[in-house]
This record gives sequence, C-alpha cells and structure tokens, in this order.
Amino acid sequence: MAATGEHYYVPEGSHWPIIAVAGIFLTVLGFAFWANGMSFGPFSTVAGLCIIFYLFYGWFNDVIDESMSGKYSTQVDTSFRQGMMWFITSEVFFFAAFFGTLYYIRNIALPYLSGEGHLGSSNLLWDGFKATWPLVNTPDPDKYTQVKEAMGAGGIPLYNTIILLTSGATITWAHWGLKKNSKTHLVTGLACTVALGLFFLSLQVYEYVHAYQELGLTLASGVYGSTFFMLTGFHGMHVTIGTIMLIVITVRSIKDHFTVEKHFAFEAVAWYWHFVDVVWLGLYIFVYWI
Amino acid sequence: MSTVAAHHDDDHHHAPPAGMKRWLFSTNHKDIGTMYLIFSLIMLFLGGGMAMLIRAELYMPGLQLLEPDLYNNMVTNHALIMVFGVVMPAAAGMANWMIPLMIGAPDMALPRLNNLSFWLLPAGATLLIMSVLAPFFGGGAPVNTGWTLYPPLSIQAGMSMDLLIFTLHVLGISSILASINIITTIINMRAPGMTMMKMPLFVWAWFFTAVLLIIVMPALAGGVTMLLFDRHFGTSFFDAAGGGDPVLFQHLFWFFGHPEVYVLLLPSIGVMGVVIPTFSRKPLFGYKSLVWGMVVLTILGCVVWAHHQYTIGMSVFATKYFMIGTILISIPVGLMIFNFVFTMWRGAMTFETPMLFSIAIIIMFSFAGATGVMLAVVPADLQYHDTYFVVAHFHYALIPGALFGLYAGVFYWLPKWTGHMYNEKLGKIFFWWTTIAFNVTFFPQHFSGLAGMPRRIVDYGVQFQEFNVISSIGGFAFGLSHLLFLYIIIQTVRGGKKAPAMPWEGAQIGTSGLEWTVSSPPPHHTFTTPPTVK
Repeated sequence: MAATGEHYYVPEGSHWPIIAVAGIFLTVLGFAFWANGMSFGPFSTVAGLCIIFYLFYGWFNDVIDESMSGKYSTQVDTSFRQGMMWFITSEVFFFAAFFGTLYYIRNIALPYLSGEGHLGSSNLLWDGFKATWPLVNTPDPDKYTQVKEAMGAGGIPLYNTIILLTSGATITWAHWGLKKNSKTHLVTGLACTVALGLFFLSLQVYEYVHAYQELGLTLASGVYGSTFFMLTGFHGMHVTIGTIMLIVITVRSIKDHFTVEKHFAFEAVAWYWHFVDVVWLGLYIFVYWI
Repeated sequence: MSTVAAHHDDDHHHAPPAGMKRWLFSTNHKDIGTMYLIFSLIMLFLGGGMAMLIRAELYMPGLQLLEPDLYNNMVTNHALIMVFGVVMPAAAGMANWMIPLMIGAPDMALPRLNNLSFWLLPAGATLLIMSVLAPFFGGGAPVNTGWTLYPPLSIQAGMSMDLLIFTLHVLGISSILASINIITTIINMRAPGMTMMKMPLFVWAWFFTAVLLIIVMPALAGGVTMLLFDRHFGTSFFDAAGGGDPVLFQHLFWFFGHPEVYVLLLPSIGVMGVVIPTFSRKPLFGYKSLVWGMVVLTILGCVVWAHHQYTIGMSVFATKYFMIGTILISIPVGLMIFNFVFTMWRGAMTFETPMLFSIAIIIMFSFAGATGVMLAVVPADLQYHDTYFVVAHFHYALIPGALFGLYAGVFYWLPKWTGHMYNEKLGKIFFWWTTIAFNVTFFPQHFSGLAGMPRRIVDYGVQFQEFNVISSIGGFAFGLSHLLFLYIIIQTVRGGKKAPAMPWEGAQIGTSGLEWTVSSPPPHHTFTTPPTVK
C-alpha cells in the first residue's frame, strides 16, 4: 500500500487541535471540581462541552470542504480509513475492559464472597452470604441497596436488540443505494437508520427510568447495578454519537456529497454503527440474558 | 515523477509561519517532534526533582523533609511523570521526527491529529501539577497510592485523585491518537519500494509500541473511570460490600501496566537497532528475527500482567501460568540482546556516545532481565515483593532500557535535527558520569531490598542507612549529570561543527532508511513527492 507518486495533502497550520485541547481541558477540569462540590465546576464543564461541539462542527466542516474541493488523493483516503479502523480497535478494547470486569465479578469475585474456591474464607466478611446473578442481594445492604427485581431479557431489551439489528441492515441497504448511485434509496436507508437509532435511545431512557423507579436497580445498588449501567451507559453514549454521525451523513447525502467511488465518511459511520451493534449483541447476551 | 515535482502545492508553504502560530497550529512533523522532545526534557527535570526530594528524604532514617503523605505523593508523581511525561513523549518525539524521514513520507498521515496528540500533553501535565498542588489549597489528602492507584486507598484520597484520573484520561487520549497516527503513517505513507521488511528497526519498534498502546490504553481508561464512579457515584466495582473486588482494579491496571513496560522499552530497542549497526559498520544481525521477536514480545507482553500481583492470593494454576508466561518473555528479549551482540561481532567498531549508551544498555538491561527472572518465580517473589529489590530491578530495566536508549537516540540524531555536531568529549563525559552515578544509586538497593527494606515508606530501619547514603549520593550525582546533558543540547542547538547529511559514516550500512538522503537539518518540508527506493 505504498505511495503511488500522487501528491499527498498536508494541511496548512490549523487552530482546531488547540481548540480541542482547550475544550477537553475545561471539560475534565470542571468535572473534577464538580464532583467535589465546587461551584466553578459545572460552568467549566459546560463551557468545555460547548467548545467541543463547536470544534467538531468546525473541524469536520474544514475537512469536508477540503474533500469536496478534491484535495484528497486516494492515499489520503486510505489514511482516513486506516485511522478509523484503528480508532474502532481502541474502542473494542475500551469495552473489553468492562466486559472483562463483568466476567471477573461473576466468575471470580462473587464465588469467593459466597465461600467457594480457595479464597472462600472471604465469606467470613459477610457470614452466610450467597451470591446470585443478577446480584439482587448485596453483601452489605446498609451500604448498597438491594435490587427489588432484576432486569429481564424479554421486553424492552429484546425490542432494542431487534431494533439495532434492523438498523444494521438498513444502513447496509443504504450503502447498496449509494453504490447504485440512487439518492432516494440512499437517503431513505439512512433516514430509517437514524429513526431506529433514536427509537433505541428513547427505549433505553424509558428502561433506565423503569430501573430506577420500579426495580430499585441503580448505580448504587451493588455491583449488578454498577456493571449494568456502566456497560449499557457507555454503549448508549456510543449509540448517541453514532446517531449524530448518521444525521450528519444523511444531510451530506441530501447535499450530494457522496459519489459511487468516494464516500469514506459514509463507510466510516457504517463501520462505527456496526461496531456499536456488535457491542450490543455482547451486552444482550452477557448483561441481560445469561 | 518529474511532472509531479513541477506541480505547485497549494496546501502548504515552504517556510514555516512566524511566531507562536508555527508551534500552536503546527501540522509539521518536525516541529511537533521538537515540541515533544522539549516537553519531555522539561518534565525530566520536574520528575527528576521529585526523585531528588525522595533521595534527600531517604538520606537518613527518620523524617526530615517530607510529611509521609507528601513523600508518597512524590513517589506517585515521580513515576507518573517519568512514564507519561518523559519516556513516552520523548519516544513519540523521535517517532515524529524520524519515521516520516526514514520511510520517505511527506509528513505524518494525519498532521492535524498529530498536533492534537502533542498539545494534550501540556494539558495533562497541568492537571497533574494541579493534583500535586491541590492538597495545599484545601483539596484534601494527596494521592499517596503510588502510580498504581490501588483502591481502597485511592478511593479515600481527596480531589487530587480526581485530577489525576483525568490526567490519565487526557494523556491516554493523546497516546491513542498518536498511536493511530503512527500506525497509519507506517502502513500507508511509505515511499514506493520501501517495503515493510526494508524499514529501519526503529520504525518496526514503534509500530509494535503503537499497537500495544491501542490495546492497553483503553483498559486503563476503563479502570480509572470505574475508580471515578466508585469515588463519586456510588458504584461498587472495587468494594466487596457491594459484590465488587479491589483486586479487580489491580488486574485492570496491570493489564495496562505490564505492556506499558514494553511501550517504554521498544522504542529504545528500535534506537539500538539503528545505532549499533552504524557504529559496528555491519548490517543488523538477524533483522527478520528481531521483527518476529517483537511480534512475540507484543503478544506475550499482553498476557502475563498478574506477575505484579503474586501476593494477592490467586489460585495455584493462575500463578503457575503467569510465572511460566513471564519467564517465556526472556526468549524474545534474549534474542534481541544476542542479535545486537552478534551485530557487533567482528564489526569495525567505534565508540561514539550513542554507541556507548547502546552497549551499556545491553549490559545493564540484561542485568535487569536476570533480576526479572528472579522476581518472576512465585515462591521467590513472595520474599522480594514490595521491597527495594523490586525498585532496583525496575530502575535497572527502565533507566537503561528506556531512558538510555532515548539518550542514545538524542545523541545519534541531534546532528540531523540541529545541523550541528554535538561535543563528543562532553557527550562521553556525560555517558560515564551518568552510567556510574546510576549504578551507584541503584545497585545498593538490591542489597537493602534483599535485607528486607520495604518500598514506598518514608522512614526505614537504621540498619539500612549505609545503603541509603550510597544511593542518595549516587542519586544526586545522577541528577546533576543531567545539567551537563542540558548544556550539551543547548550548545549543539546554538552552534558547533556543521553536520553533513550523513553525520555518521557507518549510517548507510547500518540502516536502510531515507533519513540520510536529506540535509542536516532537513528543510521544513521533505519528500513532498515520494522518493523511490530500489
């Protein structure tokens, strides 16, 4: 995949990176202050997030302009593709940390606490404690509340699985439209995908409210709640980002930005969306089902 | 190709922009590389200053300079600064400077992202310094956990801990983005004819470093995020009262922490892979086996993390697995050492400063390898765990293995970067001074460790005083030697003998890279049209 002798586009100096740094810095600094109850915190975080939104808008705008004016050779296109693939790889390992946590808790930590295995003496900490999964009974109910009822695998989670799998199909269908150079086909496919993404997110919100209000399943209800909300929460965050990305490429499709040969942005979003889809399958199996 | 050369580039000018814009808005791999290196040099003095405080406190038993919490805070931040602020940025700076030059690329693949990766570092460093200062302004207890940040102690610390968690997030984003950029550059930006197996070893070394970072950095990000949630949002990942387990954090941390050792080491192996052939005037012995050795090291490095945790009470099966896996690592590392020795065998060797450092690495890093095998053996490790023996071991691994490799790289490439030869005599004085001082500092710690002196404690029993006095004197000498280092660098930047395009006569035998085909210092933009490699 070495260079072919084409000119490689090296952009002029850009102010976006330094704005990105300012945005990230203010966001996390504010968060650290906020978490410790200092009034300066929320302002800093909100300002930082606004800068980050402005940044994404501006930076991507520049990149889109450069792309549309034909500055990018196929080699630049390959760089973007490679970059996106390795970014998704790093995301895979981010989720792997949380899935690993779930595995460790269920198969190593909880059996010890229940008196099994060579560290079964841990059971003396809370004598007679027997762990079940989902862990509705925490070892120390005074510190971490009990869960009234675990989240089942039927109902909303099942609908959400069907919704996300369908959205994976609709985005592929939209890609077929793009390859056939049929704008209506492409935009319809993307619009369906966006709608399914939004539908998924609203069901997720409903599910969270249901968990907090009716099931007693919260962040503070022991390690079942912790892993449940951490995994589904980070996944939901990724669906949100993915949906925003989908909306952007829908608008770009309407503006005829993509051609049969050149549509990296579409493919990048599609890859990301499929990644989010696969993570959900893992979630559905390991968090909800078994 | 000639038609392309005549094409007018509308995207970048040939001269750098004036003033701060050149640095703040930079998309130039050389400028960004320079910023990385300067940042790392500043952090070297900050982290080194903390080490000096630690050695001053340990000069005598009892409490002299530092409160116990502050002492542990210095230990924590010394480690974090040296790992994230010195070694990784310096290695990334060299990657930025040299990889595009070596493979004949016009720049890094994603130049704006490159700038973001760099400027996140000062932001992270600011958060880290705020974390050190917060306790003095009513921010609660300082972080006294050591760089491993184990709960429950890290859950109890004040807001310094939150600032440190975000420091790691920011630096982690920086590393991941830089790694994506480096891998993409290596895969996609090579000049025609520069096949993967023709690349200088330094480029390969960085390829695997970047792969490791992409695998393990997200795990650390996940781990410290859970820590943050345990601290503030009532989760119980690391609290047995809610069904969690503090040991879980140790697994998450060391899944990152052990491969991180290879992240620090591999760039130095890469530097040695170009320095040793140059000054031996012989091609690298066993280039292919070195590349495959790094593949094995990358894979093994990711699956042996729990050898840092033998004392947590893992099952016998698990400890056996981690012990055998760890000892297996000596195979690829031994292979690298032997390849370097065989490269020198019957070579026409000369001993310029970079070569001296490389030879010193082979000897001292092998020594760290030997103590490493001792520590890998479970029953023996239970004795050595958390003693100064461990401190001596990993300083022998990381100061030669990482820092000296970077020094070799600095002296080797300084003529290329600045266009001036450094003062060879001063370079050699720096080498001998720093090598002797390093050994005086850390060699006695093997003995104090074996005699039972625990690490991360501000005070110690009087029977350890002689060892600690020697260590401290060596430590001060080691610290002081870096003023000479700084002086040599400033002197070289400001003037000196003009360096030719290929300042080392053996360089072309040593490496197959294209960095010697451009002038010293190279023009602001190089290889705007790709050269062809035969």
